[in-house]
Amino acid sequence: MSDTVQRLIALSGKKFKVDSSAFTPESDFFLVLGIDSVQSLELLSEIELEFDVEIPDYELTGVKTFVGLAQVIDDRR
Amino acid sequence: MLDLSRLSCLGEALRDAVLTYKTNTALIEVDRHREKARYSYSELRSEAEKFAGSLAGHGFVADDRLAIVMSNQSKWLIGALGGLWAGAVLVPLDYKLTASEQLALIAHAKPKVLLIEYPYLRALLKEDVSALERTRVIVTEAPERAEIGPALRFEQLIPGKFVLQQRARDDVAAIVYSSGTSGAPKGCLLTHANYLAQAEVLGRMFPMKEGERFFSILPTNHAIDFMLGFVLVLLFGGGVVHQRTLRPEFLLPTMDAYGITHIALVPRLLKALQTKLEEQLDEREPWQRTLVDRLANLNELATQRAPNQRLSSTLLAPIHKKFGGKLRLMVVGGAFVERKNAEYFYRLGFPVAVGYGLTEAGTVVSVNDLKPFRADSVGAPVKGTELEIRAANDEGVGEVWVRGPTVMKGYLDAPELTKQTIVDGWLRTGDLGTIDASGHLKLLGRAKNMIVTAGGKNVYPEDIEAAFEGLVGVEEFCVFAANFIWPGKSLVDEQLVLVLRPKAGEQAAFPLAQARTLNLTLNEYKRVHAVLVWNDEFPRTASQKIKRELLARELGKSLSREQALKALTT
Repeated sequence: MSDTVQRLIALSGKKFKVDSSAFTPESDFFLVLGIDSVQSLELLSEIELEFDVEIPDYELTGVKTFVGLAQVIDDRR
Repeated sequence: MLDLSRLSCLGEALRDAVLTYKTNTALIEVDRHREKARYSYSELRSEAEKFAGSLAGHGFVADDRLAIVMSNQSKWLIGALGGLWAGAVLVPLDYKLTASEQLALIAHAKPKVLLIEYPYLRALLKEDVSALERTRVIVTEAPERAEIGPALRFEQLIPGKFVLQQRARDDVAAIVYSSGTSGAPKGCLLTHANYLAQAEVLGRMFPMKEGERFFSILPTNHAIDFMLGFVLVLLFGGGVVHQRTLRPEFLLPTMDAYGITHIALVPRLLKALQTKLEEQLDEREPWQRTLVDRLANLNELATQRAPNQRLSSTLLAPIHKKFGGKLRLMVVGGAFVERKNAEYFYRLGFPVAVGYGLTEAGTVVSVNDLKPFRADSVGAPVKGTELEIRAANDEGVGEVWVRGPTVMKGYLDAPELTKQTIVDGWLRTGDLGTIDASGHLKLLGRAKNMIVTAGGKNVYPEDIEAAFEGLVGVEEFCVFAANFIWPGKSLVDEQLVLVLRPKAGEQAAFPLAQARTLNLTLNEYKRVHAVLVWNDEFPRTASQKIKRELLARELGKSLSREQALKALTT
């Protein structure tokens, strides 16, 4: 698991107060975090702070897994 | 508002607007805290004319179709306005759909030109784009070295000669898809007359003042934002504010910075705003919470008959300040609005107009006029529109039928579907309701097998079924709206249910697990909530179609909703 994915999973669990120990890179973050698309935008804001990147909302289109989201982050760093 | 009665088309009405309000600010585009663009009405006119001229230069003629896939931003409106002036039939598509879903709709609509924002083109180019073979693609904001395939850059279009194309009232102005991304596409043919009639009625009920600001955050392809955040606001000489991100931390400061007076929301966003406000209030001292509560009571009393923005924003200044202090109308639609949610905001002095509409009937069929505020109904029918409750039961609940000047012409290339939906000039909505003594419509369920999500998306179970094709060990299956099996009166948190019959002698465990995995591949709003195993043969017609109503009745009789949804929740 890449460093980005690891940090992302930890950050997401903390943000939505969910135990993230069983999450895998392929986990569907909407499902395991129990969030909707509005909340996923809140997660994006946290990510920007944590990783010091700027990610436009549209980058979330079609992204469902932690590994997919990590890729978006890495592409922008 | 401008007089629309003498006008023949939407393009002409909006042309009058840009000629009338010349120096007013028409469009403001903000990205996070930065203002990216600002256009006066004269500048909007010039940009739209340039685009219309370029379209003509590429052989675009009246009645050609212009599809738009863009997030909310200035170029959406510039493109649409230029398109209307070039005589286009607009095909606004949802930018939130997946690339393959967009391509399916493009294949159906066959637009001559597709205007698309770069990130969405990038996604399309990863798919099989044969649907675009006969379509000229124009991309906005593509980075200099980006791969844009055969697309032309919006910024580098060569302006052709601009000639305003006049359209007749009965001509189609837009094809708006109400569903059908994976099933039968439902492209509603809305005429210029439909739009002008709707604008006239809503403009009278909820007039804007010149210079007021509408915050456009619902996708502009959606009927509500198209009407309010494009057509109406311009007819009143107001300004449209677009924020490129929809994150709450940027929305509220934008409302403050630009003095937003009007906003349209889907119920899910209204709920999210309420949660945020409640969380912030919970953090306050007990005496502060009591004070807010008392002031809200006072405001409720003072605005019993009609809203009073000035009074409310003075009484509850700190809360109103969060929304910029000038907000005087929240329109909530696209899905069912919870009464307590709307009442929460009205109590705090934010008028919430609760209404009912469907793309097939323009934008709004009925709406509460706020005199007085009501959230226990979806309002009385708007002027010129008739509502009837057909096949009512003993409680007066039946299917809502609509007739009026905003009802669409029909569905694109679907005469059978049109015939089933529009009967003798009446539109069958498929929604169940009753009309109370004061003529207000109350919605109480659905007669049709579908759901509307809190985010305002229509989801037809039949459209989801393709995702479950190929389930191993399954004889047959189908998807239902839970409310279709167990008729309920609530339209909140509607759910989908997959029903499957395992092959004889097969265990259900494997297909169940497989169905759950497939479910996760679907978009969040398309997922089924539960998978039910049914061991009897599905009833079918002579042509082997599943008799859905009969099967739903059988399922409903043998299983209670609670049992089914609790025991087998995915």
